[in-house]
Amino acid sequence: MKYAARRILALFITMILVSFLAFAAFHIISGDPARAILGMNATEKQLELMRHELGLDKPFIVQYFSWLLGFFSGNLGISYSYRQPVASLIMPKLKVTLVMVLISFAIIVVFSLPLGLRAAQKSESRFDWIRTSINQLCMAVPAFFLSILVSYVFGIILKFFTPGDFPKMDKNLMGALRYLFFAAVCIAIPRIAMAVRMLKSTLIEEMEKDYVRTAISRGNDRVEVLKKHVLKNSLVPTITFLGQTMAEIVGGSIVVEQVFGIPGMGRFLVASISNRDYPVVEALVVILAFWVILSGTVADLINQKIDPRLKLGGRA
Amino acid sequence: MMKKKLNGYLIAGCIITGIIVLWIIIGRFYTPYPPTKMSSAKLQAPSAAHLFGTDKFGRDIFSRVMQGSGTTLLIAALTIMIGAGAGTVVGAVTGYFGGIVDEVLMRLNDALTAFPSILLALVIISILGPGKYNVIIALGIVFIPSYARMMRTAFAAQRDVNYIISARLMGASNLRILLIHMLPNTLHVLLPALTIGFNNAVLAEASMSFLGIGVTPPDVSMGYMLSEAQGMFRSAPWYALSVGGVIALLVFGVSLIGEGLQIMNKEVN
Repeated sequence: MKYAARRILALFITMILVSFLAFAAFHIISGDPARAILGMNATEKQLELMRHELGLDKPFIVQYFSWLLGFFSGNLGISYSYRQPVASLIMPKLKVTLVMVLISFAIIVVFSLPLGLRAAQKSESRFDWIRTSINQLCMAVPAFFLSILVSYVFGIILKFFTPGDFPKMDKNLMGALRYLFFAAVCIAIPRIAMAVRMLKSTLIEEMEKDYVRTAISRGNDRVEVLKKHVLKNSLVPTITFLGQTMAEIVGGSIVVEQVFGIPGMGRFLVASISNRDYPVVEALVVILAFWVILSGTVADLINQKIDPRLKLGGRA
Repeated sequence: MMKKKLNGYLIAGCIITGIIVLWIIIGRFYTPYPPTKMSSAKLQAPSAAHLFGTDKFGRDIFSRVMQGSGTTLLIAALTIMIGAGAGTVVGAVTGYFGGIVDEVLMRLNDALTAFPSILLALVIISILGPGKYNVIIALGIVFIPSYARMMRTAFAAQRDVNYIISARLMGASNLRILLIHMLPNTLHVLLPALTIGFNNAVLAEASMSFLGIGVTPPDVSMGYMLSEAQGMFRSAPWYALSVGGVIALLVFGVSLIGEGLQIMNKEVN
């Protein structure tokens, strides 16, 4: 329990550090938000009033803490280009991206585990190089190129969905899910290839250890040893990898959303960067960073449940 | 130096990468057609005259890809030089000396790796503005933390090894120890990581330019061309296919080299 408490404390410290870095960076680059909101024609008096309203006349550190408090109470500031609260702008987009990322994660878990096991078992085979090469090739194809191909083949030729016409989630849930599924596959494929490669090398390394040789030479069934001991011991690096995957696929979704025309967070982020809409970019950056830190911590906590040795300060 | 056996992955990877790199370098000096010249031969399918076909402005895609991939290759190579170079310096200093510098830099490192790499690059670009050189700077900075962490481990592992202790007793300076004794012994970690980093840089540049926040015209890169090609996919699918194919082949070749290097290390150990 103490370990979990320590991890969660560390989680909060990193979150605060990250949010401070992001806030400071955007504080420096965003120039004068009052002018950004009111435009070039505003008088000095109006600017003064706006700055006061936004709390920009207060010291930097006070501004940071009021922003942080606002962040945790759901007040993410006002968008420059839409003149609307950032929170209400990004909520529907976050929902779309979250659903897509979860579908993608499920696909990765379902496919990579059996494929990785098979790759490890067959690693002595003469045809291992074919498997390895296909795997490398899957990693080499850029996600957005894959997206272009998939949206052409499944969207335009086979008409499973209409590229560019994303159904509203609350009106046509099935249609939206089907649309997201194809995007999720594109995010998943390179990651599955990476997972298979990682699993293969982890399993092979584990199988070469002394205790496995002993277990097999004592007459235990090979498959049973694999299932009961090797798999269990390979679980920790696998969970760590899945934690990283959870973080990485959010980054990967940015480009894929663009190709498929999915109104998600990534597309909004890119548009906001082009518009220099800093409150939106800032909120999205911090949310994404929290997501990454959170996935890492959850993976660590699960690992510690699986392998209590990690409590003693060892790292997975 | 132990004799190392070459393996099939390494040879195949070197051949594939070598051919593409050679092709790209030739593209710096000579292309069959001027890459931006428009002609009346619009939207032609691949043929002997136009190996990869033409786009809707009648430009020869083979020439365009040949030149555009040069930009991508240049960006990836420079990015890796910045990322791995600065990462190695940080890793060497923190891993070898330890102490307070190590603590501070590694905490900062942790905070930086909390941002997905493409996101960090996008944020830096939003500060610097788009353009070829800014992409290199942004990606270079983004790649530093992962190399720093890896090299720190590699250097720290050697800190109290016997040959380093002996070198120190012989009065070798820290700089000499770091450069002559330690650095060569980190290459087995660094070289495979360079291949992975190079591929990530190619894909990251392509993603950024594809999103319209990377390389800006008149420079063309793979990502920029792919976003152009997506618009003409129904009328000229060969455009997207040839750009995507060249990226995939380049990354594939380099990752085979990485795979080969790793197998070679395992055999030596």
